[in-house]
Amino acid sequence: MKDLSKNTLCRLISGIKKKDFSSEEITKSFINNSQKAKKLNTFITTNFDKALEDAKNFDKKKNFEGLLSGIPIAVKDLFCTKDVKTTAGSKMLSNFVPTYESTVTSNLWKEGAFLLGKLNCDEFAMGSSNETSFFGNVYNPYGDNLIPGGSSGGSASALAASLTPATIGTDTGGSIRQPASFTGTVGLKPTYGRCSRWGIVAFASSLDQAGPMTQNVEDCALLLEAMSGYDPKDSTSAKIKVDHYSKNLNEKIKGLKVGIPKEYRVDNMPDEIDALWKRGVEFLKDAGAIIKDITLPHTKYALPSYYIVAPAEASSNLARYDGVKYGHRSKGNNLIEMYENTRSEGFGDEVKRRILIGTYVLSSGYYDAYYIKAQKVRQLIKNDFDEAFKNVDAVLTPSTPSAAFKAGDKKDDPISMYLNDVFTVPVNLAGLPAISVPAGYDKNKLPLGLQLIGKAFDEQTILNLSLAIEKRAGFKKEINNWWKS
Amino acid sequence: MSIDKDTVKHISKLARISLDDEKTDSLSKNLSSIIAFIEKLNELNTDKIIPLTSIINTSLTTRKDIVKNEKIRDQILKNSPEKNDEFFVVPKVIE
Repeated sequence: MKDLSKNTLCRLISGIKKKDFSSEEITKSFINNSQKAKKLNTFITTNFDKALEDAKNFDKKKNFEGLLSGIPIAVKDLFCTKDVKTTAGSKMLSNFVPTYESTVTSNLWKEGAFLLGKLNCDEFAMGSSNETSFFGNVYNPYGDNLIPGGSSGGSASALAASLTPATIGTDTGGSIRQPASFTGTVGLKPTYGRCSRWGIVAFASSLDQAGPMTQNVEDCALLLEAMSGYDPKDSTSAKIKVDHYSKNLNEKIKGLKVGIPKEYRVDNMPDEIDALWKRGVEFLKDAGAIIKDITLPHTKYALPSYYIVAPAEASSNLARYDGVKYGHRSKGNNLIEMYENTRSEGFGDEVKRRILIGTYVLSSGYYDAYYIKAQKVRQLIKNDFDEAFKNVDAVLTPSTPSAAFKAGDKKDDPISMYLNDVFTVPVNLAGLPAISVPAGYDKNKLPLGLQLIGKAFDEQTILNLSLAIEKRAGFKKEINNWWKS
Repeated sequence: MSIDKDTVKHISKLARISLDDEKTDSLSKNLSSIIAFIEKLNELNTDKIIPLTSIINTSLTTRKDIVKNEKIRDQILKNSPEKNDEFFVVPKVIE
């Protein structure tokens, strides 16, 4: 059998059209790889039989109207999929089978794709290493016992290991961009409101956005185009036309102004990250961009304010898990005891921590001191970006302050885990689009990414800038096969 | 400000999560370190700042308030851990 799994999404789409191969052949290649990659623990639920059926049906009809015609896609297990178990990586939802489909996955299926399976993630998307899932750690194909980042860690690993041609994740504080950076893949968090949140298991509703994770920038533009759009079922989704990101993709970035914020040069940042950042500057200069030093003075307050806002919203969102309507239920002598036991047994440690922090900062007497304070700081962070974008078209930073680390390294210290997201969180607080593009390796041969932040609803500019970096960085996937069986 | 064990017990009661003593103890330490971390915000004077309530510039859209009867009771009950033909079932509340 031909192994087609090393092809990019765009190549697979054109290959089916040109009859170089069938949808069934593609689907078989990915299923075959997945069966040999159990050590990575990327799938919570596989949908292989149904996917093969879908592929065969496609090959009979050969309807090429959609952007993703005939393509199997595995998605993060945070997207509700009709009649396919959706767990959010939690014991609480380990038996939950939605009777409806999320808008974003519906959009993919409307464009001709079909579901390959549901990918592991941190519990309720709370984590930066994919070590909080009820279904076990996900591992990074780049190294034994290495974590892939989180929370979309299963998505990132599956993509890097060629178990799915592309995937989608969600990003509340960096959960697409950080794992993309750790696995040498491209990940984009769209502007808040670009993609519908309807049917996605909620974490922090003012920060959550779904986005594409792909092998390269061209695939990213296409998948973003396919999943985006206004949805009357999400009152915060934007009535703004979706651009033809893939058709408009080009590296003619001459004259674009790119800002370099000095506040992102944090303490203890490895020299390699700084060197990578400088290389990124050179790539963009070479492509004709104008580099400008800028200041985002409240950057260091982004993480502390995030760790008030996100848990506060989470504590409210997760109040719905009461053992009555759906999900796990424990015994209790009365209603309150049933609630308390259900939530104690159904949620893992990190989720409990965040619910309790959220409950605390919203509780009587502390609301003003913590929650309102954080919302004020969030305004200051947004103002920083508004001010910066008067003078520049985009901002270039590293994606993460380090490369991927070993499982267990940071698990017992929540603060050091949270610091992973120091470069990604400000963007969520300000609702802006940002992309992580692979740009090089560290001395241990682990991938590192660069982040481009754009103006609201200007995903096209950061995609174009990323394309310029991608072409110049010449990043090549170099994974050993420790995980293959 | 540190979060002592009584405070952990109080907020876990509010959040409806039962905790044993060992968990209460470890959470008291964890939560205290997180609160110490977020208190960095106190360095900033924000007296004159209006708190951000929405990051989207447009006002929320409304739709017509139309009654839909899609008869989806079975779908709603489908995932319930305990139910009868028409209702969710919970432990007895009224004697």
